[in-house]
Amino acid sequence: MSDTPKELKYALTHEWTLDEGDGVVSVGITDYAQESLGDVVYIELPEVGDKISAADEAGAVESVKAASDIFAPVSGEVIAINEDLEDAPETINDSPYGDGWFFKLKMSDPSELKHLLSADEYIESVEEE
Amino acid sequence: MNSRSCLYTAHEKMGAKFVDFSGWDMPLHYGSQIKEHHCVRRDCGMFDVSHMTVVDIDGSDVRAYLRYLLANDVAKIIEPGQGLYSAMLNDRGGVVDDLIVYALPRGFRLVLNCATGDKDLAWMNEYAQGFQVTLQQRDDLAIIAVQGPQAIARARTVVGQSIGEKISALKTFNSVFAQADDSWQYARTGYTGEDGLEIILPSSEAEAFWWQLHDAGVSPAGLAARDTLRLEAGLNLYGHEMDESISPLQANMAWTITWADSKRDFVGRSAVLAARDAGPQDKLVGVLLTQRGVLRDGQAVYIEGCEQLGVITSGSFSPTLGYSIALARVPVQAGEWAEVAMRKKRETVRLIEPGFVRHGQPIFAPYVEQP
Repeated sequence: MSDTPKELKYALTHEWTLDEGDGVVSVGITDYAQESLGDVVYIELPEVGDKISAADEAGAVESVKAASDIFAPVSGEVIAINEDLEDAPETINDSPYGDGWFFKLKMSDPSELKHLLSADEYIESVEEE
Repeated sequence: MNSRSCLYTAHEKMGAKFVDFSGWDMPLHYGSQIKEHHCVRRDCGMFDVSHMTVVDIDGSDVRAYLRYLLANDVAKIIEPGQGLYSAMLNDRGGVVDDLIVYALPRGFRLVLNCATGDKDLAWMNEYAQGFQVTLQQRDDLAIIAVQGPQAIARARTVVGQSIGEKISALKTFNSVFAQADDSWQYARTGYTGEDGLEIILPSSEAEAFWWQLHDAGVSPAGLAARDTLRLEAGLNLYGHEMDESISPLQANMAWTITWADSKRDFVGRSAVLAARDAGPQDKLVGVLLTQRGVLRDGQAVYIEGCEQLGVITSGSFSPTLGYSIALARVPVQAGEWAEVAMRKKRETVRLIEPGFVRHGQPIFAPYVEQP
């Protein structure tokens, strides 16, 4: 089974969310997602300043094999994007929970975090797929 | 339960991620298909292609039978070991399968696609009526492809001097047998656009040989890399560039049909002749997309001033070029530029002769700005 850190929250659409404090979360895709996609070759990120609602499209990731949209796990404003991914999309495969993060959101409604899945719940959802 | 190659355990030990390929659990990659792709282009890699169907044919009518069954003409084969690429056609001139036929010390050997193996055997048995031939499927054989600029040098460190010299002297599509019989066949063929060998050997000896190659510095590569390599080389894949409804003339395979002997009848002959006389409606081309995005099978290709749409038959990302490439069937009047309906918008693409990379280098004219 792929790596699924306990300290993160997850969306059914395979994004992870890390609560960084002060109402800020960072977002990326899970180890399971990167493994299913295989080698990532292109990445589309939102722009800093974009206001996104939970479950809205916030970017895309394209591998040799398939393309997949990235959805915002919670609502908020984009305050940072990981520009390094543009030139080194393979970072998503090498380090999905570390250097492979996608963007940071300043949450407009931190209570939305409660709706996300725990690591165990996410693992269960993946096993049902 | 899926079939497993005799190398399954070796793949597991090497960290393979498996994929269901027509009922076979075969290695998709061993970590990164892009790294495996580069390894084959720059050095050398090995593929397990034991899922492919091998059929040996013998009997007093074997030549007459194959001259009728195949669109290419085995009369071109003079001595054991020589091989030919050929289509096997149906009555309508569509492609039942594409294959390589070799002369064995006794009889002939066909190497066919895995996905079409059962259909092919039924087809071949049906057409064997009236010929003195016996067909034998060789489930006891494995196939290992060693491909890349260093393939011959690396393989030679494993196979011994005598056979090594014969391998180095082999011309493309020729093969040599290491034993007096037909076990251990080394063929100078491949599906990557690089130099290399396809080695057909007894399954019982395949795993030891695989590890010997590994110890000689040959890295394993999966079917995912095999697909991007063949696409860069502009090589057809059955079920994509051709199938039973596609004439070889529509798939850049006219060169594989031998008309030299006007008295030779072969299955599909009259249909292909009629199609040739009617002239082409469409053509198979290479597609370059230098912008972001990856071309995918089935996407529509729009040609300016042309109502008829084209279609991407195989689309992927080219690790060597660093952008997406594809093969597409487009109306015959298509010029150098077209548009493809991508995921979210139409993108401009350039159309070229099929074939992108050979021996590690791009083989098409450099990209110029669209006028």
